[in-house]
Amino acid sequence: MMSHVSEDKVKQLADMLRIAVTEEEATRYTEHLNKMVDYVKCLDEVDTDGVEPMTHAIELKNVMRDDEPKQWITQEQALKNAPDHEDGQFRVPAILD
Amino acid sequence: MTFKKHSIKEIEKMLHNNEITVKDLVESSLNRIKEVDDQVKAFITVDEENALKKAEQLDQQTNKDAKLFGIPGAIKDNIVTKGLRTTCGSQFLSNFTDPLYDATVVDKLHEAEAVTVGKLNMDEFAMGSTTENSSYQTTHNPWNLDHVPGGSSGGSAAAVAAGEVLFTLGTDTGGSIRQPAAFCGVVGMKPTYGRVSRFGAVAFASSLDQVGPITRTVEDNARILEVISGRDKMDMTSAHEDVPAFSEGLTGDIKGLKIAVPKEYLSEAVDPEVKEAVMNALKLYESLGATWEEVSLPHSKYAAAVYYIISSGEASANLARFDGVRYGVRSEKAKNMLDMFRLSRSEGFGDEVKKRMFLGAYALSSGNYEAYYKKAQQVRTLIKQDFDHVFANYDVIVGPTTPTPAFKIGEKNFDPMVVYARDVTTVPINLAGVPAISVPCGFSKDGLPFGLQIIGKHFAEQTVYRVAHAFEQATDFHKTLPQLGGAQ
Repeated sequence: MMSHVSEDKVKQLADMLRIAVTEEEATRYTEHLNKMVDYVKCLDEVDTDGVEPMTHAIELKNVMRDDEPKQWITQEQALKNAPDHEDGQFRVPAILD
Repeated sequence: MTFKKHSIKEIEKMLHNNEITVKDLVESSLNRIKEVDDQVKAFITVDEENALKKAEQLDQQTNKDAKLFGIPGAIKDNIVTKGLRTTCGSQFLSNFTDPLYDATVVDKLHEAEAVTVGKLNMDEFAMGSTTENSSYQTTHNPWNLDHVPGGSSGGSAAAVAAGEVLFTLGTDTGGSIRQPAAFCGVVGMKPTYGRVSRFGAVAFASSLDQVGPITRTVEDNARILEVISGRDKMDMTSAHEDVPAFSEGLTGDIKGLKIAVPKEYLSEAVDPEVKEAVMNALKLYESLGATWEEVSLPHSKYAAAVYYIISSGEASANLARFDGVRYGVRSEKAKNMLDMFRLSRSEGFGDEVKKRMFLGAYALSSGNYEAYYKKAQQVRTLIKQDFDHVFANYDVIVGPTTPTPAFKIGEKNFDPMVVYARDVTTVPINLAGVPAISVPCGFSKDGLPFGLQIIGKHFAEQTVYRVAHAFEQATDFHKTLPQLGGAQ
């Protein structure tokens, strides 16, 4: 099987996806991704010259509505499922080390 | 009270005649869950207290006219339920105990006065076809506990087959309602894209996802879809189409119906027993006055590749919202914010979910977009056109829902070719956005059920239901029940 995607590329994708990977995982995900990429290459057989890409299953037009303010959730509710919060705000670890 | 043998319509009559109470019904459901769910493992959460409270409240009411008055049902765990834990089958959301609102479909069920008794197991974030990817448990097929129930809505299909509830909701992105319905011998409907609001259904692939009902009979299924369908101002992709009374169009009359049978759906990969069941179904349709012809959907073999690129691409974007800040589990190890994202997502997501996100991010990344993502969208157009061409001359497309009956738990056949052969009959339907139902159409010599799939034109659910119902009424497959332990 041809390998198209390097382990470095997978580490770069992991960084973009904000998913920490170990060396073992990077190797494993690289192997899997290469299998998938080899498989989806079958689409190259299909002549798609001049074919419009389909972005949605049904025809959609822009849907406009009035911008009306309404009561949605309270600050208290918004924080209810958060792992950590303080003074009515989501609390996260330091942004800088 | 045992409701396993009764339709919703029959139960409605019994409630109206005061032969039973809602409490009887809900207790029957809860008792059945206690009796069999340690074997079946369909439920992640059972909400006994609120279900009984709701039952008592409904029993006080004099007006019993709501469309699902007192009917016990359950919801796949990727559909949010206010104040009731919603996990998406993921450890990431194990602490998401207090969702702030009900999904529109849940609102509509409650407006129709159904009683929801709990939340159902699924593959993590609906990625998988066995429930083995659930962070919580593997659901077992009620027909043979050594086999999978299918997935990702495996809990939804197994709960109905085991007689734990009268109906469930599932979601279907690439077959996740129809395949488990076929494996569990029940009726599962994937409606037209846009027929049902997706508001509150946790997004996997937004251009493919649809919520739909799983039930024991076609008539029950049509009634649930009537309740949950319709335009929703909270989902801009929900359609403005009128919602016909699906359950009232079940006349049994299919004279003159033109059926198309795609040769790609009956390839060598299809088990001979399944093929025979489909051929028998076609003979039956002929005897009811329909005609059938073989057709071709020539781009079917590319559907799995298109599906994996598009669904994984959309998933990699949709799952960005799980960051350990607003909900979900945060990694204990993180010392700064970036690590909080990385470690929470690394610990929270399972292997299959990560694999799909890597594929999605790869296909969407700069330099690859044209070659993979746009290419897949173009082939998607051709797949949809295949359906348009067939539907110009035929009313419905009929074939097997799956090429084989349910496989064994732990079999985990990762040979991609085998997995993709399984996708050929289900995935193209989501890519084209058309509606499709699976109805029981036979059993293997080992006693595992098969499903017949009936596919319709956009928004032609009424025709799909009529054709499914005509088959069901002429056969006894839906009357056979799995031999699980217990009283029912």
